[in-house]
Parts: sequence; C-alpha cells; structure tokens
Amino acid sequence: MSVLSVHDLTKTFDSGGRALTVLDGVTFEVAPGATLAIVGPSGSGKTTLLGLCAGLDQPTRGRVILAGQDLGPLGEDARAALRARHVGFVFQSFRLIPTLTAVENAAVPLELRGEAGARRAAADLLDRVGLGDRLDHYPSQLSGGEQQRVAIARAFIGRPDVLFADEPTGNLDDDTSHRVEDLLFDLNREAGTALVVVTHDAELAARCARVVRLRGGRMVTAEDPAPDAQAGRTAAPAAPIPS
Amino acid sequence: MSFVPSLAWRDSRKARRRLFLYVAAMALGVAALVAVRSFGANLQTALDEQARAVFGADHQVWNWGRFTESNEALVDSVAAAYGAEVAREVTASSMALFPESGGTRLVQLRALRGGFPFYGEIRTTPDSAAGVYQARGEALAGASRLRQYDAAGGDSIRIGTRTYRIAGRLDGITGQTDVEALVGPRVYLPLDDLDPQLLGFGARYTTGAYFRLPDAVEPDSVLAEIRPRLAAMDLRGTTVTGLEGDWSDALGDLTRFLELVGFVALLLGGLGVASAISVYVRQKAETVATLRCLGATAGQTLRIYTLQAAAMGLLGAAAGAALGVLVQQALPRVLGPFLPVEVETPFVWEPVLVGVGVGVTVALLFALLPLLRVRRIPPLRAIRADARAAGVDVWPWLLGGVLLVGIGLFARAQTGVEAAVWGFPLGVLVAFGVLAATAKAVQRLVRLLLPRRAPYPARQGLANLYRPGNQTLVLLLTLGLGTFLLTTLGLVERTLLAPIALPAEEGARPDLVLFDIQADQREDVRALVREQGLAVLDEAPIVPMRLTAINGRSTEAIRRDTTAPQPTWALTRQYRSTYRDRTVETEEVVAGTFVGGVAPGADVVPVSVEFDLANDLAVGLGDRLTWEVSGRTIESEVASLRRVDWARVQPNFFVVFPEGPLDGAPQSGILITRAGSPERSAALQRAAVEQFPNVSAVDVGLVLGLVEGILDRVAFVLQFMALFSVGTGLVVLAGAVRIARLQRIEEGVLLRTIGASRAQVRRILVAEYLFLGVLAALTGIGLAAAAGWTLALFVFQAPFVVAWDWILAALVVVPALTIGVGLAGSRGLLARPPLDVLRAEVG
Repeated sequence: MSVLSVHDLTKTFDSGGRALTVLDGVTFEVAPGATLAIVGPSGSGKTTLLGLCAGLDQPTRGRVILAGQDLGPLGEDARAALRARHVGFVFQSFRLIPTLTAVENAAVPLELRGEAGARRAAADLLDRVGLGDRLDHYPSQLSGGEQQRVAIARAFIGRPDVLFADEPTGNLDDDTSHRVEDLLFDLNREAGTALVVVTHDAELAARCARVVRLRGGRMVTAEDPAPDAQAGRTAAPAAPIPS
Repeated sequence: MSFVPSLAWRDSRKARRRLFLYVAAMALGVAALVAVRSFGANLQTALDEQARAVFGADHQVWNWGRFTESNEALVDSVAAAYGAEVAREVTASSMALFPESGGTRLVQLRALRGGFPFYGEIRTTPDSAAGVYQARGEALAGASRLRQYDAAGGDSIRIGTRTYRIAGRLDGITGQTDVEALVGPRVYLPLDDLDPQLLGFGARYTTGAYFRLPDAVEPDSVLAEIRPRLAAMDLRGTTVTGLEGDWSDALGDLTRFLELVGFVALLLGGLGVASAISVYVRQKAETVATLRCLGATAGQTLRIYTLQAAAMGLLGAAAGAALGVLVQQALPRVLGPFLPVEVETPFVWEPVLVGVGVGVTVALLFALLPLLRVRRIPPLRAIRADARAAGVDVWPWLLGGVLLVGIGLFARAQTGVEAAVWGFPLGVLVAFGVLAATAKAVQRLVRLLLPRRAPYPARQGLANLYRPGNQTLVLLLTLGLGTFLLTTLGLVERTLLAPIALPAEEGARPDLVLFDIQADQREDVRALVREQGLAVLDEAPIVPMRLTAINGRSTEAIRRDTTAPQPTWALTRQYRSTYRDRTVETEEVVAGTFVGGVAPGADVVPVSVEFDLANDLAVGLGDRLTWEVSGRTIESEVASLRRVDWARVQPNFFVVFPEGPLDGAPQSGILITRAGSPERSAALQRAAVEQFPNVSAVDVGLVLGLVEGILDRVAFVLQFMALFSVGTGLVVLAGAVRIARLQRIEEGVLLRTIGASRAQVRRILVAEYLFLGVLAALTGIGLAAAAGWTLALFVFQAPFVVAWDWILAALVVVPALTIGVGLAGSRGLLARPPLDVLRAEVG
C-alpha cells in the first residue's frame, strides 16, 4: 500500500499555439514513511511533477492517488481539504506568512482543520526545532535558516502522510542546509511521514532512499542511490519503484 | 475563534496602517451623507415644530390686486362660520424715502391690520415696538436697511405721500429667509394708514386675509370646504399644513440633492477602496497561494480578506459618521440663509445608521471587485511564480452590474427622478469610460512618442506612466473625476451669471428703471429725468389685461377640461402687455410678421406672442386670443412669435400689441435710463419719490448685486459639498501614491545604489506626478466643458460661458496638489539610506 501513487503522469502546456509537453508518462509510488528525491536539470519538469503530486495542478493525462484518494475527480476545494489532512509543504523560499508570528505560522495547518490546542502544539514543535525563544518573532525578524525551521515545523505539525519539499535548502548556506536536512530526516523518521524532495543538491538527494531522475519531462532512471541512506537515515523501507 | 476570523485578524496586523487610507477614503463620503441626512431630519423636525409660527396663522386667502365685494363677503362668512379671528394684509413693493438721510430704496411693504401674527412673533428693537406700531400709526423697518442709512428707532420713513415714525427695528421675522431679505428690506405699516395712491391703477400688490381658527377646526378642512368658492373668485388659499408640505418638498429636494453630491464623494472613495484593495491583493498573492497549498479552500481565503475589507469599511464608515455628526453642526450656518426656520442639530440615529450601512455596502462592493481575484490565485503559485488561473471569471462583471444597478437605485431614491435610475450610472460610466480611455491612450502615446533626448528624470517620469505597476489609470480616474465635478460647478455658475452681469465697457447700458408711472405723470417724469441731465433710453406703456378665451373657447372652460394642455398660470395670470410699432433688441421674431400699427377700431388686432408662452398656450400663427382690458373685450390674432432674452435689463413682454387699439386703455408706464453712478441714481430716485410717490425705481446694479449675492451663496453651498469630493480625491491620491511607492522603491533604491542623487530621484517623481496631474486636470476640464455645455444648452437654455479663471485654476492647482501629495508620500523614502529602505519595504 503506497501513500502516493503516480501513474503515466503527463502535462502539456499551450505555448504560443504549440503544445509543449513538460512531463511525459511519469510513473512511481511512494510507501508510507519512505524518502524520495526528484532530481534533474532546470526545466526538466521537477516542479511540475511536485505540483501535480500535491494536487496543486491537474495533469493532462495520467493519475495521482494521494493518501488513497484519486485526485482526478476531486474539485479544487476537495483537493484543498485532502492537503489539509494529509500533506505538508516546505518551499525553497520558505513561504511563511509575513504578517503572522513564528508560532502562528506553524499553527496554521491545525487551525485550518479547526483543531484545538494549535498554538501549544506549534510552540512545542518550534521548541523541538530549536526556536523555543523565537515564538513571537515575525518572519522578517528571523534568519533564513530559522524561517525554514519554522516552515518545517508548520509542515510537520499536522502529522501529514506525505511531506513535499521544493528545494528546501536552495536558499540556505551549507551549514544551515545541513542542519535543516537533518531536521527534515529526523522528523520524517519520528513521524513516519513520507518525504518527497525536489532538489538540485546531490548530497540531499543521496540521503533519500529513492531518486527519480527527470530529463526533458521524462523519467530517465529511478535508482536506489545510497545503501547508507536506507540503512541509516530512513526508518521505513522505500517502496519499489517500477522502471 | 474559528480559522477565518482569527487569521483575518492576525493577518491584518501589519496591514492596518497600509489600509488607513482606505478607511479615510470611505470616511469623507460617509461624513457628507450623514451630515446632510442628519440635517435633513432635524430640518423636518424644525418645520413640524415651527410651521405655525412661521406662517403666523392657520389659514390665508389672498389675491393680486384689491378684494372685490364678494371676496370680502367670503372672508366674513369664513370668520363667522368657524368663529375665526381675522387679520388683513396688503403686500407691495414700493419706494421708501428716509428723510433724515435722504436715502431712497425699493422696499417690501407689508401693511397689516389685526393681531397678525397669531402664532410666532415679530422680533423688534425695542421689544415693545411690535405691539404698538399699529395703534400709533408707526412703521417697523428691516434692520439691514436701517444700518445702511443710519436710520434708527425714532427716525422717519416716507412711503407714498405719508411719513411714518419708525417705532423700531425689525430684527427677525420668523419664516423669512435671509435670501428673501436680500431682495428688499421689509417695512411693516398699519394697513389703515397706508397711502391709497400706492394701490392705484397698474400697481402690483396683493391683498390677503389671515385666519386664526379655533383649535378644534382643521385648517385643511376649511380650505376644502371653501375651495370651490375660491376657485370661482380666482382667490388663492393656503393653510399652515399646505405650506409646511411645500417647504418640506422644497427642502427635501435640497437635502436630497446635497446627499447626491455626498454620494459622489462616496463613489470616489469606493474607487480608492478598489485601488487600495487591488494592490493589497497583489501583495497577498503569495500568502494566499501558500494558504491554498496548506489546505485552505478558495472560499476560505476569500472570506479572510473580505472580512478584513468589511471591518475596515465599517471602521471608515463609523469614523465618517462621527465626522458627519460634527459637520452637521456647521450645516445650519452654511444653509441658514435659505431656511425659513431655525434648525437645532441634536444627534439623530437614523442618518448615522443609514450612512454607516451605505458606507459599508459601497466599501464592500468596491472591495469585492479586486478581492474576487483571491479565489483565482492557484496554489501552484507557491512553487511557480508564473502560475495563473485559466479561463474567464464572470463574477467581477456580475458584481460590476450589481454596483451599477445599486448606484442607479440610490440616485433615483435621492433625486426622485425616474430617469436617474439609468441616467446616473450611465453618466458615471461615461465619465469613468472617458477617463479610463484617456489613461490608456496616454500610455500608448507616451510609449510611442517618448522623447529620447529629454533629460533623464523627465524621460523616467514619463516612462513611469506606462511601466508595469503604474498608477495612471487610478490617478486619472480619481483626480480627473474630482476636477470634473468642481470645474463643472464653476462653469455652470458662470453660465448662469453671465447673462445678467453688466458689461462694464458698454457705457449706454440702462441701470435704472422707473415703473408704475401713471399716464398723466409720463410727461413730468420724462422731464424730471432730463432735468437731472439723464437720457430716456426706453419707455413702454403697460396695459394690464386678462386672457378670457382661446380660439373662442373660454379660459374657464379650458381650465375645467383636465385634458387641456395649458397650465393654469398661463390662463389666469394678469398679463402686463405693451404696445409699440417695432421690435426691440432683446427680442427676435421667429415666425410670422410683427405688425406695428393698426387703425383704432379694428375688429381683430394682430399681436406678437412670446415663443415659450405660445407653446404653453398651445397657440400658433393665426390663432385667436380674446382679452379683457379694464372691462373691455379685445379680439386678437397671433401674427408673430418672438424669442425674448429675458435675462437682459430691458422691459420685456409676453404679448406685444400694435400701436392704436390700446392707446386709450388705462395704463401705467415704465421708463429706463442710465444714471451712470450710484450718486446720480440716488439723486434721481430721491427726486422721483418726492414728486411722484407712487412711482417706484429699481436700481439695476443693486439688483444684479443681489442676484450675485444669492448665486454666491448657492455656489458656496455647492462648493462646500464639493469639498468632500475633493477631500476624498486627495485621500485617494495619497493612497495611490502610497501604492505607487511600493512599486517605485526597487527602482529608486537601485538608482540610488548605483549613484543617483536624492535630487535626481525626486525629479523623476516630480516629473511623473506633474504629468499625471496635468493629464487629470485636462481630462477633467474636458469632461466639465462637455457637461457644462450640455447643461447650459438643455437645462438652463443659456449660452455656454467658458470660465477661463476656473480652467486655469484647475490646471495649476490639480498638478500642484498631485506633486505635493506625491512628494509628501515619498519623503521618507528619499531621506533614508537605500539599504534601510530595501530591508524595510522589500525584505
């Protein structure tokens, strides 16, 4: 049983009257708690694939099954509701809401679900990521690394089944990148959340159990790059990826 | 608190200061609405409470000229039947001479007998004067008049052949507006001591009887009972409730019109709201996309920002309502000269609630136009900056339709004019359309014709008009509309004033009119004028007459026929016609031939009828009009139609007879001369009053001064209301500058980082705002000229006058204000180091 299943996913855009296929027949699955990196050069379709997997966009062809739900027939609001229950996000540029404090930002997913105790849970999680003393700071008062840790807290607070990370270390220096990566994988292990990471960073990709490599919209390889990653850094076994 | 309100609250924290201008834009419009509406409510209360005191009685019957025996019998029978107390009145315009100072002046005479006013009071100094002047045969004279000639209680006044001691000064007459008092100072006399010469042949005066009815008798039921007899005798009847209704209608029209002006300010504010929210939504796009990624629905995100807009709208409307309640205190002072009653200004809830309701609704509707875009921000945008929603959104169009319908309904409710329901929104659309089209055209033109060799700041400033994030459209709409409204007011005022203004260079223009000259006095008056060294510029005999039949059908029968098109006034009025052998320069024959003379004794007299009167009477060339002239019947035929320029200072007439048939009819005369100076005018008036007490004089310069005085006050009221529009325009301008500031920051910071001086950046800003201000002024002036011309042609039927001073003022003031507000809004930016700015605004 996989938490994310992608089958023959194709996306075509109209570009000045010509059809431009940015994603072409991509198929893979992700098991609960597994880690998967999507890599490839710029323009290879990584972000498009991530958007389709999270239900942010609709494919031209193919199916996405997220947390047991086929996204195809779902409308905008139903997909939003599904994301609220099962999906977490971490973005390259953090995407914190500038008008909310750190703790308020982290609490948003629980508040969206109408759950009680959102603030306490957010404060605990921020404490866990080392920001216990920065709860009431606004994003503009935090460094890039701190902002990304708030974003990670926000992503994990709802205990999602899948966490999508779009270049999570793309805007950070090396040291901070490593700390953020460690945090991602630690929380992934603790929460049993599947991690789908889009990245240029070979080192980050190497820490994932599986890697999907894209070129020109096609999946060129699906490999199992790092025995040590499987052994040491991911708790759950990666799902088999059909070739 | 659930998610939507709690996030709306938290998210607004940092934006509140930014949305302050949105609040302010709403506030002024709501303030105008609340102020005028509160004032209207209080005015109605005052009318309800004071109507009786203003009217002074319960019921009045009156007529032009003297009462006939049957009129007197009717008055007696009403008094007897209802146990009513009666007071009698004659009103007339007459010359007064103040012997102590030698001054003369046309005054509004009110000669009274009996206990009038039965309600209310005549306020005098000393207090006792009002109670004793009748018994002592003395006069009360209007305060302004006394001040002008330094007359005081104890001095005397001569009216006709009689001289009265002034018992006291009239301080205020309940029910008389200051504007009425401008027309002519009032003088009260005992009726029994009035000079009968003043009521001689051809004199214009009214005779009336006031009744005080017992409490149990309803004035309206008395009027209903005697109405048939009044109609048969051509008497007019008025009751206190009827008068109150008339005032109520007239003042209701006034307040409704002013509210409409306030509503225009509110619409301008709405525009400010729409532009502020539009930019706000643009700034919030990333947050919305993130929220959507995290699982918020489109509806939830829309509700978050709608809630913020509604809360801000409420805040703005509440602030506006508070301001409106304060402004209301000033309105009686502004409108006072036009009001027959004294208006208190206590707090009234209803207008405040209506103002807040209308304000919040307008704010929300205008805010929703850009807010609807929130629904269409795709979650994908969080990871892909260029993500856009596909397809066409019909909701903004539907909402735009709702807005227009709402505007139309409000305008109809305000004006009571059915056509306003489509006319007002159409006008708004046309004005907005022209302004928007100008903005687009200007952007295209500037892009095409940008002068490559112009100095760098000018080129940059011009290019800012079409660059992404430009404010051209918003600023042209708001500033252009404000300029348009104010300039239209100026142009219309000038168009109305122009025909009556006395051109200084035309030396031969008449400036003094002597009237009510009896036939046997004509030679002597003419001689008197010449003795004073003045020329008789024009003379005309005036023959009073009544119309008795049109084409053989009696005017009585026509009046009874409810399908007849002729208005009653045209059938029943006393016509003061003349006879002469030629047309004069203020008239033009537009149909038929003017006949200057017929032999005495002709069966049918060819007459010339004024064009609009002919339309009212539904007669044309060849139609027959039958006249009753001092008991004699004269049959006439319409031989020509004339258009008359009534605004010119000339004796003008509805009906002109040829010489011959009326030569022997009882008549009075009018004589026109030019005195050339106030001193010579006063000297002639004094001499005329002394020799011919029944002859009255009108100093044209004085009359023009009065008309100007009245129009100035009207203009002041309109300008006072227009200030709300201008204020809102400035707030919206400040808002637009604030918005543009965010978009100009990166450029400005970049320029300063690579070495541009503050002065250079400032010059770029000045250039941009200068261009915008000039463009807005030019477009607004163009629209105003079109509106002014249309109003002049179709509403006022007067030649359109271009008020260059208003146009020049708009051309200077609007750009200056734009630059001023623009620089004030950017001042902080220029003063800080580039890095600070970059961190604070962009980071």
